[in-house]
Amino acid sequence: MAGIRTEPVTINLGPQHPSTHGVFRLRVTFDGEEIVDAEPIFGYLHRGTEKLAESRSYVQIVTLTDRMDYVASMSNNLAYVSAVEKLADIKVPERAQYIRVISAELQRIASHLMATGFLLNDLGALATPLTYCFRERERILDLFEMLCGARITLSYMRPGGVLQDAPEEFWSALDTLIADFPHYLDELEGLITSNEIVLSRTIGVGILSDTKAIDCGISGPNLRASSVKWDLRKAAPYEIYDRLEFDIPIGANGDTFDRYQVRALEMRESIKIISQCIKQIEKGPIRTETPYFIRPPKGEIYSAVEGPKGELGFYMVSDGSIAPYRCKVRAPSYINLTPLTDMLKGWKMGDMIIILGSIDFVLGEVDR
Amino acid sequence: MTKTLAGSKVAEIIAEVLPDAIVKYDANNVWVNPSYLDEACKILKHHANLDFSYLNSITAVDYIEKFELLYHLTSLRTNSKTTIRVTCPNGRKSPSVPSVISIWQSADLQEREIWDLMGIKFTGHPNLKRILLWEGFDGHPLRKDYLG
Amino acid sequence: MINPIMFIGFYQLAELYQSMLSSIGLNTSVSWLYYGLAAASISFIVINTMVLSTAFYVWFERRTIARFQVRRGPNRHGPFGLFQSFADVIKAIMKENTMPTEADGPVFTVAPIVLIAPTLLIMSVIPFGEKSFLGSLNIGILFIVGVTSINSIAIFMAGWGSRNKYAILGAMRGAAMLISYEIPMAIGITSVLLISGSLAMTAIEESQKIWFIVVMPLGFFVFIVAAIAEMSRTPFDQIEAESELGSGYNTEYSGIKFAVLFLAEFMAPLITSSIVTTLFLGGTQGFDFLPGQIWFILKTFTVVFILLWLRATWPRLRIDQIMSFAWKILFGLGIFNIFLIAVEYTILTESGKSELSKPDMLIMGAINWIVTIIILFVLMNLFGNKKLNRPTPIPSPLANMNPEVD
Repeated sequence: MAGIRTEPVTINLGPQHPSTHGVFRLRVTFDGEEIVDAEPIFGYLHRGTEKLAESRSYVQIVTLTDRMDYVASMSNNLAYVSAVEKLADIKVPERAQYIRVISAELQRIASHLMATGFLLNDLGALATPLTYCFRERERILDLFEMLCGARITLSYMRPGGVLQDAPEEFWSALDTLIADFPHYLDELEGLITSNEIVLSRTIGVGILSDTKAIDCGISGPNLRASSVKWDLRKAAPYEIYDRLEFDIPIGANGDTFDRYQVRALEMRESIKIISQCIKQIEKGPIRTETPYFIRPPKGEIYSAVEGPKGELGFYMVSDGSIAPYRCKVRAPSYINLTPLTDMLKGWKMGDMIIILGSIDFVLGEVDR
Repeated sequence: MTKTLAGSKVAEIIAEVLPDAIVKYDANNVWVNPSYLDEACKILKHHANLDFSYLNSITAVDYIEKFELLYHLTSLRTNSKTTIRVTCPNGRKSPSVPSVISIWQSADLQEREIWDLMGIKFTGHPNLKRILLWEGFDGHPLRKDYLG
Repeated sequence: MINPIMFIGFYQLAELYQSMLSSIGLNTSVSWLYYGLAAASISFIVINTMVLSTAFYVWFERRTIARFQVRRGPNRHGPFGLFQSFADVIKAIMKENTMPTEADGPVFTVAPIVLIAPTLLIMSVIPFGEKSFLGSLNIGILFIVGVTSINSIAIFMAGWGSRNKYAILGAMRGAAMLISYEIPMAIGITSVLLISGSLAMTAIEESQKIWFIVVMPLGFFVFIVAAIAEMSRTPFDQIEAESELGSGYNTEYSGIKFAVLFLAEFMAPLITSSIVTTLFLGGTQGFDFLPGQIWFILKTFTVVFILLWLRATWPRLRIDQIMSFAWKILFGLGIFNIFLIAVEYTILTESGKSELSKPDMLIMGAINWIVTIIILFVLMNLFGNKKLNRPTPIPSPLANMNPEVD
């Protein structure tokens, strides 16, 4: 067999493709079935958020942050609003902090449901698990509609609190959701974790070691799946996370199955957090009075929260005017794509889509 | 709670090996001389007391007379953080700074973005191409004098 | 599926034509004319019935998979959406019939025809009832195995003629996979032949005093898995994996050519289920309160439903897993099955009998079921992934969220 001459072929997994999550382009070189090289090309969704933020007031930028990671809008709002409050030294009332944590955890569940559903869709299960996950996500989006009237781009939080208080039907619907959700998760895990085909296609595929993950700046469930126990909600607690008891699940090997498993376990932890918040919340104001045009004193701040995709940070420089001088977004999906080439090399074409799906990036955040 | 390592302490440890690297420091930040940037970062990463193995983000800010780069670092083992700041030499014409990609690989995509949007060159980066804008785009949009 | 040829035989049709034409006045002694007319009309009826059944099956599949996915299927065109397939075909016919400039013209155009012709040809040898003509063709099952091998050529022609990297990739994987799975399919059929003693489909059906699924479950398992792979349905549908390659070998097809490819792809489960019904489920045998043809249709649709169920729930396997499954496991199981059946047959016919009686078959069935369950259990534990064996994750020493405590 030594005399056969083979040639590697370069294929373009184009920006329009049924299963790359958004307009993402990957130029892959194959030698037969094996991937020799992979070059990601993005920027198709670049809208210049950071430049736009320099000419908008601090409250107007909330709507810009919604549209970055359009799947997890509450976490983006929370990250931005926390940064502005630290910069301008605004105190947030307790009831607002509890509602913010409840919304952020609900959003984490919705985002992980979408990630799991699409991972299974990429595995080839014809969209059946996807519709089951979306059926649950619809219930969460209905809750958001009760809170602020929108489902995807919410703009619910403001510097100083939240937009409006939660109506009565929100709490009863939330109680029903909390009661039902663990059974639904059991059913989903029973269907997926014991399916031989899923296991044989995800175990051992796309391994990311812990030293490499830390070196590449990975954060979020991808980092925790590589057995690094680091979560900003426990390492640098913000809002009222220091009063809540929850666990940080980690994975053993850093392969695709671990990344799926960490997300599934995190959904359970989020349910625990929400039920504790419901018990601890008390009546009170939900927003401190701030002037419409907030003028923070001159200074700068870097503040990060733990979003569903990873560490979402804002670095803001203020020069005393109504718009920030510099507003830089530390986007977790963008930095999570750093080791992509190394993660893909050596695997087969069938594994390529699964590894991409397990990293769970959203193009709105990658391109900003 | 992640504590901020005092700037004086960081500056002290770096100054032991590279006395010319530190320009000034205050409670939270350390200003580093750009020509000693990669050596100083090696000390930051490998020194036992510092152990800043995690690069959170690299940011570039356009103060009209100069460009400034910020490196936000975290040590996962001791749960502490610090900020390193670099003022780019050569003013606005062609600012350039050594790349830290050989020390932290997460600088790979972030430095490309800064080159694309701000125009700061990173010497030693193997693949410094535009990433968010298309090849052949003229100008660097995030600069304050860019009128698009 | 219900068509008049279930009730009229070939010879009767020829005599009917002869009497019709002689009553008009044309009375030649060229006897092949009447046979030719009868054959042409039977082919016309069979092809139309198959296409209509495929249209019905497409509707059935879309509604059933939709119910699995917690949604309704098509319900706009016609009552319950029954005319959806017709709407799809009319739309496909009205689309532009494109061909890439550098594509290989003749190969590109002929590929859909080469794909659909064998599928239609197989319908001629399936015995629906007592009167089907070619059902008693004495090389029936060999004809089927030979003709189904043509679809691997057709898929490769479709991929090659498109001159598109994705299409060629899909076609090459497809050709490799289809060729590999013909061997377990043939081996699964051989175990049936050992007992029936003849290649003719009617003879196989008549020799099933007890249905062969009871007598040789391992052969059934090998055959049906190989048949699912031959049709390239989930979990073996790597070659047309929409989420990976765009559309595999039919990326560049549009218009009527695409409609023909689509039709061929959806006709395959019906044909395969008919073959499975004849070989393993007793064909037209059943209780007497319904005619045999209705039993045939009921059994076929049960098998079709099970194939649909698999498609709706399972993810797909990777191409190298598919190939290793064919060559290592199915091949071994098939050979073992033939050996087992041969040994049992020899022992049971030692006293000079020429064929097995009912109690003999029951004994064989009991032994075979026990052996099959033991073997499958052993294989699952040897090769399967045990989800409970995952090691407990240990936090990496590189990160420590509470350094003061430790």
